[in-house]
Amino acid sequence: MNDLRKLLFGNLSTGLYAVLLAAAIVVPFFNLVVPASWPIHISTFMVGLLGKYICYALLALALDLVWGYCGILSLGHGAFFALGGYAMGMYLMRMIGPRGVYGDPILPDFMVFLNWKELPWYWHGFDHFSFAMLMVVLVPGLLAFVFGSLAFRSRVTGVYFSIITQAMTFALLLAFFRNDMGFGGNNGLTDFKEILGLDVQKETTRNILFVASLAALAGGYAICRAIVTSKLGKVLIAVRDAENRTRFLGYRVERYKLFVWVVSACLAGIAGALYVPQVGIINPSEFAPASSIEAVIWVAIGGRGTLVGAILGALLVNGFKSWFTGFLPELWLFALGALFIFSTLFLPQGILGALLYRRQKKGATLPPPGEADAIAPEPPVEDEQQAKLQRAGA
Amino acid sequence: MKVSLSKIRIAKANAASGLLVALLAFSVFVSTPSARADTVYTPEPDNAATAPQAQPTSLPALLSELVEADYDRKAEIANLLAESGNPRALAIIEALADGLLFSRADGTVVLQPQENVQVYVDPLTAAPVSGVTDADLSKIEVNNRLRRSLRSLSSRLSLTSPDASVRRAAAADAFASHDEESLPAIETALAKEPEAGIRKVLGEARASILLQSETSSEADKLAAIETLRERGDQDALSLLIGAATTDDKAVVDAANKAVASVQSSLAYWNQLQNIYYGLSLGSVLLLAAIGLAITFGVMGVINMAHGEMIMLGAYTTFVVQQLVATYAPGAMSWALPISVPAAFIVAGGAGVLIERSIIRFLYGRPLETLLATWGVSLVLQQAVRSVFGPTNKPVSAPAWMSGSFDVGHLSITFSRLTIIIFAMGVLFALMAFLKYTHFGLQMRAVTQNRKMASAMGVRTNWVDALTFGLGSGVAGIAGVALSQIDNVSPNLGQSYIIDSFMVVVFGGVGNLWGTLVGAMTLGVANKFLEPFAGAVVGKILVLVFIILFIQRRPRGLFALKGRSVEA
Amino acid sequence: MTAGTPPSPSSLLYLNDITVSFDGFRALNALSLAIDRGEMRAIIGPNGAGKTTMMDVITGKTKADQGDAYFSGTHDLRSLDEARIANLGIGRKFQKPTVFESHTVWDNLLLALKAPRGVFSTLVASLSGAQTEKIGELLEIVHLTDAKSMLAANLSHGQKQWLEIGMLLAQDPQLLLVDEPVAGMTDAETAKTATLLREINKTRTVVVVEHDMTFVRDLDVKVTVLHEGSVLAEGSLDHVSADERVIEVYLGR
Repeated sequence: MNDLRKLLFGNLSTGLYAVLLAAAIVVPFFNLVVPASWPIHISTFMVGLLGKYICYALLALALDLVWGYCGILSLGHGAFFALGGYAMGMYLMRMIGPRGVYGDPILPDFMVFLNWKELPWYWHGFDHFSFAMLMVVLVPGLLAFVFGSLAFRSRVTGVYFSIITQAMTFALLLAFFRNDMGFGGNNGLTDFKEILGLDVQKETTRNILFVASLAALAGGYAICRAIVTSKLGKVLIAVRDAENRTRFLGYRVERYKLFVWVVSACLAGIAGALYVPQVGIINPSEFAPASSIEAVIWVAIGGRGTLVGAILGALLVNGFKSWFTGFLPELWLFALGALFIFSTLFLPQGILGALLYRRQKKGATLPPPGEADAIAPEPPVEDEQQAKLQRAGA
Repeated sequence: MKVSLSKIRIAKANAASGLLVALLAFSVFVSTPSARADTVYTPEPDNAATAPQAQPTSLPALLSELVEADYDRKAEIANLLAESGNPRALAIIEALADGLLFSRADGTVVLQPQENVQVYVDPLTAAPVSGVTDADLSKIEVNNRLRRSLRSLSSRLSLTSPDASVRRAAAADAFASHDEESLPAIETALAKEPEAGIRKVLGEARASILLQSETSSEADKLAAIETLRERGDQDALSLLIGAATTDDKAVVDAANKAVASVQSSLAYWNQLQNIYYGLSLGSVLLLAAIGLAITFGVMGVINMAHGEMIMLGAYTTFVVQQLVATYAPGAMSWALPISVPAAFIVAGGAGVLIERSIIRFLYGRPLETLLATWGVSLVLQQAVRSVFGPTNKPVSAPAWMSGSFDVGHLSITFSRLTIIIFAMGVLFALMAFLKYTHFGLQMRAVTQNRKMASAMGVRTNWVDALTFGLGSGVAGIAGVALSQIDNVSPNLGQSYIIDSFMVVVFGGVGNLWGTLVGAMTLGVANKFLEPFAGAVVGKILVLVFIILFIQRRPRGLFALKGRSVEA
Repeated sequence: MTAGTPPSPSSLLYLNDITVSFDGFRALNALSLAIDRGEMRAIIGPNGAGKTTMMDVITGKTKADQGDAYFSGTHDLRSLDEARIANLGIGRKFQKPTVFESHTVWDNLLLALKAPRGVFSTLVASLSGAQTEKIGELLEIVHLTDAKSMLAANLSHGQKQWLEIGMLLAQDPQLLLVDEPVAGMTDAETAKTATLLREINKTRTVVVVEHDMTFVRDLDVKVTVLHEGSVLAEGSLDHVSADERVIEVYLGR
């Protein structure tokens, strides 16, 4: 049993990289090489669906970095995801060229429809892939930087911070619904034709995008792991557990928060950018507060404070959602709501966290410093009475 | 309603005292709905000979003569009808002008009260006539000249109608059309009109005609300008602007001065109207947020299902209305008052249930509470969608909530006013409850010092549950009011949750006065931003403002500064 | 002032005329205090006397409404934030032991260890041999060598207090502010703590806030009595306990 645990958790990272690599080989193989008539053939639709899950997993990873390790619960990460998506969407719109319904070589259809005469200034440059990719990272990063430096410097913490992140994404939702913002209003950006000269509908393109998403997830994981296993990662956990204590030790807490917040926003932006060509549309509903909170539950289910757990949670919950909505679409909200309640009441550490914490408790010791995995589940609150006392003291 | 209440229009009144009078009038009106009968007056007949009973036989004869008469004779007959003083004369003349008066093959005349509706009545008695077919009818023809004179005849008749509401409408029409031909009729009516309010409108109608007329004297025009300046609304303004482009220098000067004065007073009223709309929006926000001020502000529970408590209240209103409509249709006007306690019980009960089954396990873990209650909100939304369907449910407003009245140039609708008063009522009732009841005392004791309260024998568990129930119940009551102005759908709560949090956080957590000031400030700010930023951008600006504000004062407007180090 | 000598600006810590009020309540009322380099000072006073607020002002948590606060003669504490003040060499131990519960004892000390505190230096930081050695020493001092791999959450109350003192030492501060270090300790632990503080005082300046009079007597140092936000009396414990006003404050009400 212990060996199995060791195999499973002893080196989660290696396991994850192996799984991602395997998926990058197996899925395209079963889609492109295995004939469609064979039962083990993976449909192109399924490739797109898996690709979408991988993007969600990257979003969950980004969220876990700030929530699991630094205690910053963002209810607005969907905003960074959507901004990255819009940046990619703008590139894809420019690539449509004269193939749009109105045949305008420069203006996207919705602008022609609105009788716009020329491209707004902020649409310039998006016909270059490299510029668009820069924006995918820069725009969410910049928003996160401005928002974060204001919030962290004024020491907005805990639920207050969560609520204003929700307000942030809500404000963006309202803004992007407006036609005169120049992002296609209600309908968003869609009808994409090609990416880097490849037809977005073609099977090979789909597989390339899928593999690119896996690569991004692996890269994102590597970055997050590098952060959380460094001394900086320990500082983040210290901030999460006792912010003031960390401050009195001489750490500039707000700078640490800002750093990890911006990194997280950039990762979310990349996730959004890879998501858009695979689902074929980006519209303001991605900014809806409900979408952001749904992402939080992936992390909670998988196990916050465990990077692999966040990825696992995103895949599990979304897989479950696809399966469940397949036959009971109208009852999905019951299931999702129950997941929220169940996971907070009975699985506060998430799936991975629960397994790991049991291991810690048994051994009562951790591996020596440096060898420990990138895992930092919070110890659970001892009992209800203590929780109440804490509340009374607060 | 609108007409019957314009008697409390207070022109040129001091705004504050005007509002006071209006509120008093409103409260009288609400408490005694039966006292809303129109003031009926019977104008003195022109002369005894035209009294209805004086020529009882000649009217049917005149009518049948109408069928064969030429246009000149038709005009004469119409005049005779008008002078007869018969109460049906106005309807007959209007029908003639509209081409809704027909002769039948047997020579009798019928009147079609509504165009395109195949119902016919006897012109003089208004009794329905059956068995009329299209082939049977031929229209009594009129030409343009006749139609014009019929129109002025009808407006003259309505200006002297015994029904005050008809006269008032006619006077307003006369002002709007400022047709020079109706000037004599207006002047006749002006001389006889007993009601000051209508006389004023008639005077304004006269002024509007005189001002535009090429034949009126300079003195008349100057007087007209003064009258219109006093009226001071948008219509008067455009007339005055028109007058400012004429040739007569004295008139132009006076008109320009009047334009400036009207514009500044309109701007002032516009601000007042904005403030009123803002207060109205603010009280909606207040209603939505009061419950949260208890659950979040006092208990510190992040209740994301708060919006769904509002929704439950709104659906309770719908169910109560359905039940009343089915079992006691006569008591429909009571449906809304009954809904208030019903919604409190339903939402409050749901709140207690949620607290006992979920939230009590999560005290001290605010972020988890947030997630769990979000889950609850999803379940409740879906439950309501499964039971009631995804479409909007109709919740009718009681009659006394429709309509409006004017205070100066301020238009006050009863629905908005009711919500403002209701929101204040709920807030003060809650404050009184917390301050003067035993439970309120226990609640405050538990929030201030849980251990000590427990040691004093307060059952803190139950106080927690009931406090949460109270907050949820108040949210349910808010749902009753919001069902009147918003769509009752499963998504109702979602649209209020962020606003509610913003209000509570902005106002300062744990302070009901803060919630009041926060809600009103945000409401008014929203309405003032709307005209030049648009509704959506206005809302975004307010959100951005709050975000910045929270960052400057993380504990809100009215928070107390603490001294303890929470390490 | 009412008691003691007027503070001299050459002291390590120099507070003059510090006033802090919260919504009309004066937590500190023209407080003046000076701590000399190498001194150990005990601060006592009834609840609400302003002891914690004074610590807050010194460490930058609370900004004073008026008055001067200088560290080492030149650093104006009123204009600096918590992190900067901590890095100047003022360490603080809280009344309620606060350690990083989901870190091991070892990591707690590592985080406290004097080292560059910037975001990027911590991102690339690696453990040097000297640091390992230093942490080993500290573990010895606070008697936690055997528990070094335990999660701090699993330590006993007294162990947490010591860990926090260890973290304080790891910061290598010139001035230690210690808030009720023996609250909740057994008598044996209390005695051990007094010895530990005296040991620490050989190389550093220490300010101890404490309610436990036996412990204060054990420390045998100069005592400052705070009352209603200002200094009521100063001197040896015997001297202040003979002061009538002090007796009245403690017993009179």
